[in-house]
Amino acid sequence: MKFVDEFRDAQAVRKYTEAIHNLITQSWTIMEICGGQTHSIVRFGILDLLPSCINLVHGPGCPVCVTPLETIDKALAIAAKPNVIFCSFGDMLRVPGSYSDLQSIRAAGGDVRIVYSPLDCLSIAEKNPEREVVFFAIGFETTAPGNAMLVKRAEQLGLRNLFVLVSHVLVPPAIGAILSSPQNKVQAFLAAGHVCTIMGMQEYDDLAKKYQVPIVVTGFEPLDILQGLYMCIKQLEQGSAHAENQYTRSVLEQGNHPAQQIIAEVFQVLPRKWRGIGEIPQSGWGVREKYQAFDAEYHFRLEAIQVNEPSQCISGQVLRGLKKPYECAAFGAQCTPDHPLGATMVSSEGACTAYYKYRRE
Amino acid sequence: MSDTIFEDMTCPLPITTHPKVLMAHGGGGRLMNQLIDAMFRTLFTEVQPHDGAVLEFPQNKLVMTTDSFVIRPLFFPGGDIGMMAVNGTVNDLAMCGAKPLYLSVAFILEEGLEMATLWRVIQSMRQAADAVGVQIVTGDTKVVERGHGDGIYINTTGIGVLQCKQAINPSQVQLSDVVLISGDIGRHGMAVLMQRENLAFSSQIESDCAALTEPVMALLEAGIEVHCLRDATRGGLAAVLNEVAIASGFQIDCIESSIPIDSAVQSICELLGFDPLHIANEGRFVCFVAAKDALRALEILLRYDQCAAQIGTVTNGRPGLVSLQTAFGGGRILDMPSGELLPRIC
Repeated sequence: MKFVDEFRDAQAVRKYTEAIHNLITQSWTIMEICGGQTHSIVRFGILDLLPSCINLVHGPGCPVCVTPLETIDKALAIAAKPNVIFCSFGDMLRVPGSYSDLQSIRAAGGDVRIVYSPLDCLSIAEKNPEREVVFFAIGFETTAPGNAMLVKRAEQLGLRNLFVLVSHVLVPPAIGAILSSPQNKVQAFLAAGHVCTIMGMQEYDDLAKKYQVPIVVTGFEPLDILQGLYMCIKQLEQGSAHAENQYTRSVLEQGNHPAQQIIAEVFQVLPRKWRGIGEIPQSGWGVREKYQAFDAEYHFRLEAIQVNEPSQCISGQVLRGLKKPYECAAFGAQCTPDHPLGATMVSSEGACTAYYKYRRE
Repeated sequence: MSDTIFEDMTCPLPITTHPKVLMAHGGGGRLMNQLIDAMFRTLFTEVQPHDGAVLEFPQNKLVMTTDSFVIRPLFFPGGDIGMMAVNGTVNDLAMCGAKPLYLSVAFILEEGLEMATLWRVIQSMRQAADAVGVQIVTGDTKVVERGHGDGIYINTTGIGVLQCKQAINPSQVQLSDVVLISGDIGRHGMAVLMQRENLAFSSQIESDCAALTEPVMALLEAGIEVHCLRDATRGGLAAVLNEVAIASGFQIDCIESSIPIDSAVQSICELLGFDPLHIANEGRFVCFVAAKDALRALEILLRYDQCAAQIGTVTNGRPGLVSLQTAFGGGRILDMPSGELLPRIC
């Protein structure tokens, strides 16, 4: 497959692995922020190729995992309403809230539909004028432009029956939260290539300077990840700390301007709860007052739904890079992808799911 | 495709009087008999005019299986529900080492179904049955209220005659058996998904829906020491390998790069976040054979599909585990898919 095979080429992978082995002189702890990268690392067996002195820890960058229990419960409450068509990306269907999940709401008669693009909701809303269509707009900066575009288009089309339940989270505040924790062990980051494709490099330059930590914006294929690691280790070994771009085929220094503009038009920064971590200040986006008519939280009056996380699972520590999935007593026993206890087992990109699916040691 | 041979055979009555299925078509009266005579008996000529069929049987052991078919959309590139309902049951017989003789067919029709649609489906069943040489000897029709079904549900039960002396099932799998796949994987699931969700990609993927009797019989006739056969339907290759690993008590080691996957299937899976190893097939089987016969078995399979390949071996590592060696020497577990395929967010 063109544009994929090149980045999975066995010979090139061997070359980078060797280069990493030759470069490294001591132990380093590096966090890959994004769940897509965690998935690739474990799926392609990259851990087996790396020197044992590299400690890769898996970050909070899976939007499905970190969507707070409270938001899931709000989604369930809306989806169960008889007049609602509840649209979502596929992998949110399995994520358990405090009492149920969207799959079960669908089985009980709720009209829950999987969409492949947020904009699919426009035609659903147009075809069903007597019903209320709600899109579950979650994700990092990557999915935000599409979700913002949905709101903008709904306004332009004059749709009064389309709403978004927004739970957007932002990567840089999460990196900041990890680095300012006194327990932090992370010495360098692979940042998420797709997020930076939208947002650009500036925020990461600032983080690297402020916390004196190397950050390499990295893609998702095996070769991307190995090259990103190589760049991280090179900085660590040389004692430098700045933001670098490995994913040059997608990420521009300034990011994607039109995407940033539509985000700024529709969303505003606010504090956000992260499942497994808790509230991080200024770490999310919500709908601006100007577009309140499309905000599902406002329309359905959901303030009463407030849920706290159960404390038995260690996903918060996994998400902050303090523990590995297999260090949890429940991992693979009481907690599996079919019966997840916490954030990191709920999505296919969660660190615990990736370990369960591909490794299990 | 289904409408090649029969395309000039326009739908007979009861279209002329009732273009759509009515509740009365399942009610046991005149309309039901019209439906049966005009449509089913016209095509399913071996059906005997009674509540059951009296059958001739050879001396050998018989194999019996049953399967129900529910799919949306009813027609998809490379097949339809009728073709699936015949081939699916025929394939279950083949996986036991049996040649199909007889099928029963039970329809559950939704009120309001277009008669023309039903006609297309049963034409396709006729064609699939003829292609593999199986007789449809008895059947049933029920009609459910509009909104209570997806147009057509079909159950088929098949009876076949065993063609081999050795038992063929997961418990026969032995250490160092070789694992073969009969063709490239993931087509059926992706073809259906793309049609159902109206996903517009430039490349058309066709379902692999096909009867597997011929390649299986060829293996048996050549005296290949076949230990286990499984068609990789729901859950795809990953589910089948896991089920056999668990049932046999061995580890199965596969090499990822040796698993044949069409580049269009691979690309769309990448885009949607699916693993092609989890995608359903309707005309592919996994074959566990004695190592000494592996090469010959592969040669035979290649005659039927040029994508057939040797993909792994049976080892005595961890019982029930399927491991996948990645292209650059790393390893990973190949897990059982969890159930409904859910596309990833990003």
